Amino acid sequence: MSEHAIEVILNGRPVRARVESRRTLGDFLRRDAGQTGTHLACEHGVCGACTVIVDGEAVRSCLMLAVQADGRKVTTVEGLEASDGSLHRVQQAMQDAYALQCGYCTPGVVMTLAAALEANPKPTEPDLMEALSGHLCRCTGYQGMMKVAKRLAGGGE
Amino acid sequence: MNDVPNATRFVGQRIPRKEDRRLLTGHGAFTDDVPIAGALEACFVRSPIAKGRIVRVDAAAARQMPGVHAIYTVADFEPLNAVVAAAGGQGVNQPRMGLLAIDDVRFVGDPVAIVVADNRYLAEDAANAVLVDYESEDAVVTIAQARVGAPAHRELDNNLGVGARSADDDPELDALFAKAAHVVSHTINHRRLTHAPMEGRAVASVPTGAGELTVYVSCQSPQQMARFISEAFNLPNANVRAIAKDVGGAFGQKISPGREELSVIAASLMLRRPVKWAEDRLESLTCAYTGREQEAHFKMAFDADARILGGHIELHSNVGAYPAGIHANALVTTLFPGPYRVARNGFKSEVWYSNTTGLAAYRGPWAMESLARETLLDVAARQIGIAPEEIRARNLITREDQPYRMCTGPVLDHVTPRETLALALKKIDVAAFREEQAEARKKGRYIGLGMAVYVEPTTMATAGVLSSETAYVRIEPTGKVIAMMSTHSQGHGTETTMAQVIADSLGVPFADVSVVEGDSSRGGFGAGAGGSRQAVLGGGSARLACQKLLEKLKLVAAHVMNSQPEFLEVADGKISVRGEPEVFQTVKQIAQIAYLTPSRMPPGLELGLESQARYRPDTPIIFSNASHACTVEVDVETGLVKILRWVAVEDCGAIINPSVVEGQIAGGVVQGIGEVLMEDMAYDDLGNPRAATFKDYLTPTIHDVPLIEYDHLETPAKNEGGFKGVGEGGAIIGPPTLVNAIADALAPFGVELTQIPLSPDYLLKLLEGRTPAHAG
Repeated sequence: MSEHAIEVILNGRPVRARVESRRTLGDFLRRDAGQTGTHLACEHGVCGACTVIVDGEAVRSCLMLAVQADGRKVTTVEGLEASDGSLHRVQQAMQDAYALQCGYCTPGVVMTLAAALEANPKPTEPDLMEALSGHLCRCTGYQGMMKVAKRLAGGGE
Repeated sequence: MNDVPNATRFVGQRIPRKEDRRLLTGHGAFTDDVPIAGALEACFVRSPIAKGRIVRVDAAAARQMPGVHAIYTVADFEPLNAVVAAAGGQGVNQPRMGLLAIDDVRFVGDPVAIVVADNRYLAEDAANAVLVDYESEDAVVTIAQARVGAPAHRELDNNLGVGARSADDDPELDALFAKAAHVVSHTINHRRLTHAPMEGRAVASVPTGAGELTVYVSCQSPQQMARFISEAFNLPNANVRAIAKDVGGAFGQKISPGREELSVIAASLMLRRPVKWAEDRLESLTCAYTGREQEAHFKMAFDADARILGGHIELHSNVGAYPAGIHANALVTTLFPGPYRVARNGFKSEVWYSNTTGLAAYRGPWAMESLARETLLDVAARQIGIAPEEIRARNLITREDQPYRMCTGPVLDHVTPRETLALALKKIDVAAFREEQAEARKKGRYIGLGMAVYVEPTTMATAGVLSSETAYVRIEPTGKVIAMMSTHSQGHGTETTMAQVIADSLGVPFADVSVVEGDSSRGGFGAGAGGSRQAVLGGGSARLACQKLLEKLKLVAAHVMNSQPEFLEVADGKISVRGEPEVFQTVKQIAQIAYLTPSRMPPGLELGLESQARYRPDTPIIFSNASHACTVEVDVETGLVKILRWVAVEDCGAIINPSVVEGQIAGGVVQGIGEVLMEDMAYDDLGNPRAATFKDYLTPTIHDVPLIEYDHLETPAKNEGGFKGVGEGGAIIGPPTLVNAIADALAPFGVELTQIPLSPDYLLKLLEGRTPAHAG
């Protein structure tokens, strides 16, 4: 299995590594870069738990190879918090709405919403609901997430 | 007792969860998130056939592959003398079970060998290179096959795991049916489903030099895991430390370790190195414990006024090859009468082994009692020609009937089935809906209203490991409160709810209380999550421990303040003389004295501020109850069901945190929606699982569920704090509520819904060739 040198700007810092070509971005983030906030839950692109932001786009890190992230900017859930420790508004809205229980799928949900707001600071509620349609959660019945979509729509806090 | 409403400051409030920040920022500690130096990774070689003999395992080439440390079959584990817990659990017709397959395989996915390598990629490479020859045999897959087919387990004579019936001959019940004006029968074939927690099973086993073992494991109670592991490997209990800080859902699947977790531990003991395994989704869906598969035939006898005379339920469960020591048929038959006046009830129950993945508890494992009874009541209402709310009104027990001894044994008390139903029906507005329904039918649109009422047996502290929970609470010299609890959260939020109870009980700020769970070396013996019991037993033990601690705090403070304990009150972390708030000592000041200044302590009093209490309520089963109602539209062209509204009126006694309670209800209801509309862990004729990815095993998405409307009644039971459990209820009452709504929508077609799930293809098959009766 061939190995490749890659450099990824991960949460604002350059990370250099040698990875096998078959290594997924998700495994690279968790195993090589120590960013275990990204969770792998289906590893076939359905559940959305492993979503990270690559060059501004929400990406399933189980379906992207680490070598494909070479030279790109990757943001994981660990990179969302402000330097003063205050939560990103998506994180705050999630907490306020009790939108998580076990928290395993949560990082992916947060990243999808963060990417959606980055792409369009004033999304509609249906836009956000559409974005959330690609996430599976087994605990909450999505009740809190629906409230989050409503709250964040139109750029609301 | 029952003084919560008066003393409340944090209990009853929608307080944000302490768990959330770490989980929202990616700093949770799920099993596979824990960094372990030098950890190897495991992968299993699994059977591709449902039944057959293992002729040969050739791992020679695989052992030579890069990064491979070991490949073990069950024979290699012999030096460990591991004891694997019996599968059936009930002591009847137990199959032989090894950590891995012994010399035959009994379901697709049966683990045959474990490969340990530098990482999972290399372990999978090697697993694919292990050659296993099988001599395939005919598998039994369904209940029908299990009845007549060859034994799924070759050492057993047949497939009947456990059989039971109330009485072969019950003339009294027969007489009730004979004199009945109406006898209504119904059937439900409930197909298999699976828990599908977002985090699959995971374990990291770290042996240390001194014969000690630290096991990070995704589970429902680290205390119980440590116990299971120490028993399996003959290790002193104190040598095994099980840690589960964050767990990504369990729902009954992670009560006991599977053979895989035990095999990973065995491999780590053999290699004397840390070994970890986090199952992938294929393993989680096809090899982890499953739930529910049951065939139920049931009937009720009614008099001319539609009053229930008696009931009977016959139940067959397919528990697969190696079930997790549980089948809930006894509870199904016990609870079948529900909160209704039923004079006599009979049952027959049979549990069947098959060559499929084993069954375990799934959120409300006895839920068939509500699904059967509530769907039958709707069938009866249609047959007799009265409204579904009317047949319930004529039969539900009242407050005056309580305590009400069910004919099957349990005593119902402090429950509000009538009150919750009245509220639910008011909220959904039955009259307005019926008008809308009649109009819709004229236009060829089929909308329906469903309702269901149930009582939920929570706490389950009758005997065994569920009997009690414990809390060890201490005020540290810093004035902060630490509670070591035997409760455990897989999303339940007990770090928050238990802190609310403790803050109120001691009179300290919520922020000053930390609840420590998830580590068997800290929490005492307890069963953790399972049986909807943590609010009652965790909350109760926390309150008792705090009462003792508060007494001591006041003793010390009274001595320091030249007062008497009975004149003191504690609020917001300050101890003051009642009526003189300006004269106070802080909890921190008193705590420092208690630990650090013996000369200022009352003579003879032990230093420190520490307390422990173990709690079991006088009534070991605390019943909570609820009534739900929902409306749906069924597209008769596509078979798709759209849920329009969902009303949940729950009575779980004194509520600790309404948002947490609603989270439990919603999670259960939505699992119930998945159960009724889409979840189907199907097997083909050869026993191959037909759902291997989340594209085949469908669970609800955000677009499949309504925003649930809640109402709460708070009728306390006579236990410490007046709390009742609420964890499983949504998954119990959700399915009959939804099935009844769909049946109501399709009533003009005269179809009977006898399968779960009510998938679009099932509904279309039922509707094929049928035309609706004239809209009325």
